[in-house]
Amino acid sequence: MPTVTLNGSEQALPDGAVVADAVVASGAPTDGRGVAVAVDGEVVPRAQWATRELGAGGQVEVLHAVQGG
Amino acid sequence: MPELQIADRTFRSRLIIGTGGFRNLDMVARAVAASGAEMATVAMRRVDPEARGSLLTVLEDEGCFVLPNTAGCFTARDAVTTARLAREALGTAWVKLEVIGDDRTLLPDAAELLEAAEQLVSDGFTVLPYTTDDPVLARRLQDVGCAAVMPLGSPIGSGQGILNPYNLRLIVEEASVPVILDAGIGTASDAALALEAGCDAVLLASAISRAADPEAMAAAMRKAVEAGFEARAAGRISRRDYGRASSPTEGVPELT
Repeated sequence: MPTVTLNGSEQALPDGAVVADAVVASGAPTDGRGVAVAVDGEVVPRAQWATRELGAGGQVEVLHAVQGG
Repeated sequence: MPELQIADRTFRSRLIIGTGGFRNLDMVARAVAASGAEMATVAMRRVDPEARGSLLTVLEDEGCFVLPNTAGCFTARDAVTTARLAREALGTAWVKLEVIGDDRTLLPDAAELLEAAEQLVSDGFTVLPYTTDDPVLARRLQDVGCAAVMPLGSPIGSGQGILNPYNLRLIVEEASVPVILDAGIGTASDAALALEAGCDAVLLASAISRAADPEAMAAAMRKAVEAGFEARAAGRISRRDYGRASSPTEGVPELT
């Protein structure tokens, strides 16, 4: 089971986990509306969420829009 | 009031509202409605599973165009990545580019800002950079293809108004893209002054969101921006050292 850092916390994901699994684990809306993902500092386009596998130790950031100036 | 044109979009309102600092989404909605703003900024942050409601839905309901910012970035690299994440999340290539160089004053880092602006423009973004009130940096940002320049009046959230009207005037004189005063507005007269000085629009958050009554302040800002623009267009009188009577000086009776 690969363990990644998801939004700053360690998160164990099933073998073969892809970006979409991390999106669900982050608590983001399942349709992914208004959400973007970076893995190891690089943006992962939505079209690759279902196929892009996550390696152990990866740094996954799942972001959305919040109030801000 | 003629419409404000930035890149390929037009706006009837010259007030752009930042959504930071409001107590809750209901207050955002009420303030946006009272301000008449048609563009609102948002920040990109980690998903919070506990978060209630959707900011995007609120802004959509108010008919606001959403402008993501790169707040919290201290390097060109982070700002560029954040802009790309915002484009992915929100489906917009517009970005309020913010690269901070100092924790205490929140002043922009000129070198990182220019580098990020250049990269984002070449990546197809419509870049609205939050910048210092330095006319030379404003010119450089314009030269690399920014769609507007957004000089500060004073540090973000400081409410000190426009500290260097002279620099602002130079920026306005030289600019061939819209000039949007961004940051430092404290109250309505500051916003009016920005438009009177020739700015095309004002972007503010704290002045409304942290006012005792945000909705009432939003309405005041709307009027201030309109008044400032109209006063500029109307052509103010020149300043004089001494008084000049407006009543006739002839025909004054002898009464003693």
